[in-house]
Amino acid sequence: MDADRKQPEEPKVLAFCCMYCAYAAADMAGSMRLTYPPNVEIILVPCTGRVEIHHILEALENGADGVCVAGCEEGSCHFSVGNLKAKKRVAYVKTLLEELGIDPDRVEMFHISASQGPLFAKVASEMTENIRRLGILKWNKQRG
Amino acid sequence: MVVAERKPIKEILAMMAEYKKILLVGCKGCVTVCCAGGTKEVGILASALRIAKKKEGKEFEVIERTLERQCDPEYIEQVASIVENDGIEAILSMACSVGPQYLAKRFNVPVYPALNTTFIGGALEHGVWAEFCQACGNCVIHHFGGICPVSRCSKSLFNGPCGGSAGGKCEINPEVDCAWHLIYERMKALGKLDDMAKVFPIKDWSTSRDGGPRKVVREDMKL
Repeated sequence: MDADRKQPEEPKVLAFCCMYCAYAAADMAGSMRLTYPPNVEIILVPCTGRVEIHHILEALENGADGVCVAGCEEGSCHFSVGNLKAKKRVAYVKTLLEELGIDPDRVEMFHISASQGPLFAKVASEMTENIRRLGILKWNKQRG
Repeated sequence: MVVAERKPIKEILAMMAEYKKILLVGCKGCVTVCCAGGTKEVGILASALRIAKKKEGKEFEVIERTLERQCDPEYIEQVASIVENDGIEAILSMACSVGPQYLAKRFNVPVYPALNTTFIGGALEHGVWAEFCQACGNCVIHHFGGICPVSRCSKSLFNGPCGGSAGGKCEINPEVDCAWHLIYERMKALGKLDDMAKVFPIKDWSTSRDGGPRKVVREDMKL
C-alpha cells in the first residue's frame, strides 16, 4: 500500500547563520511567508567568524550532509572581518574534503544581508537541491 | 619557534590503515603557535580521520589530547594511563618530530608523526611563517646587522652577495629577499657600512652537527 511505502530519506543541511544578517534574513523569510525546504536546520551564531573548521567537519561527521555558513555581505560584518575569516575557513574545509574524496560543494559560504529574506529562501532551496543531488553521506543513512 | 605543517591526509590515512583505536596527541608549544598541532588542529585532524574511516565503513576511534609540551618526559607521562589501559593501538603525534620520538621512547606502541617539521622560524604575518635559523650552533648575526646569512642567504654566504642578487631579490625566487641586500641596507642604516669591507673568516661549522647529534648540558640545572 502507498501509505506503507517508505519515504525516500531526505538530506540534512546545517546552516550557521550570523545573528546580525543571515539569521535575521531567515526570520524575514518566515515573516514574508516564503517557503524553503525543512531540510535546512539553522544554528544561530554571534558572527560567522565564530564558526571554526572543526565545527563544520563535526557537523558532516555527525549527521549533516551539507553545511552552509551564512554571514554578512563583505564589508559589513558587525565585527569587521568575521565573515572574511569564515570565508577562508570554508575554503580550507573544501580543500580538506577534496583530500578526503568528498565533494567540496557540500560546504558553502553565503553572504546575505538582514533585509534579504527572499535571498535566504533561495539560497536554502538551492543548497538543499545541491545536497540532494550529491546524496546523503554514507554514514548518515538510516540515521533514524 | 619550530615551524611545522601537517602531512597530507592521504599519507596520514595510510599510516592509520590498520588501526581501530588511536591516541592523537597535540602539543601546546611551537606547533600551537604555528597552527599545525595545537588543540584546534588535533580536533580538525581527528574529525577528518573519522570522516575518512566512516567513508570506508570502518570502525575508528580517536582519543584526543594536547600536552603542554611533548619535548619533556613529565608531560609525556600524562597520557601513560590512556596508552596503557585504554586499548590504544597506535599514537599519532602532532608535535614537531621531537614529540613522536619522546612518545616512542616511553610507550611500547607504534608512534607516527602527523606533521613535517620544517624549520626554526617566525611569523611574517598571520598565517605566514619563514625560516630565520638553521641552528648552526655558533650565532654570528651581530656581524651582519642582525640578519642571519646562514639561514636567510640561499647559499649561506658570509662575504657579500652572489651574482644572483638583483633588485634586492634572490635568483632562486623573485619573492625571496636577498639576505645580503637586507644586510647592506641594515648596515647602512646603522652607519656601519665600513664593517662590510671586513672579510669574514671561514666559519667554523664544527658546532653544526659536525660531531653528530648535539647535546647541551647544564650541570647547575641537573637534579
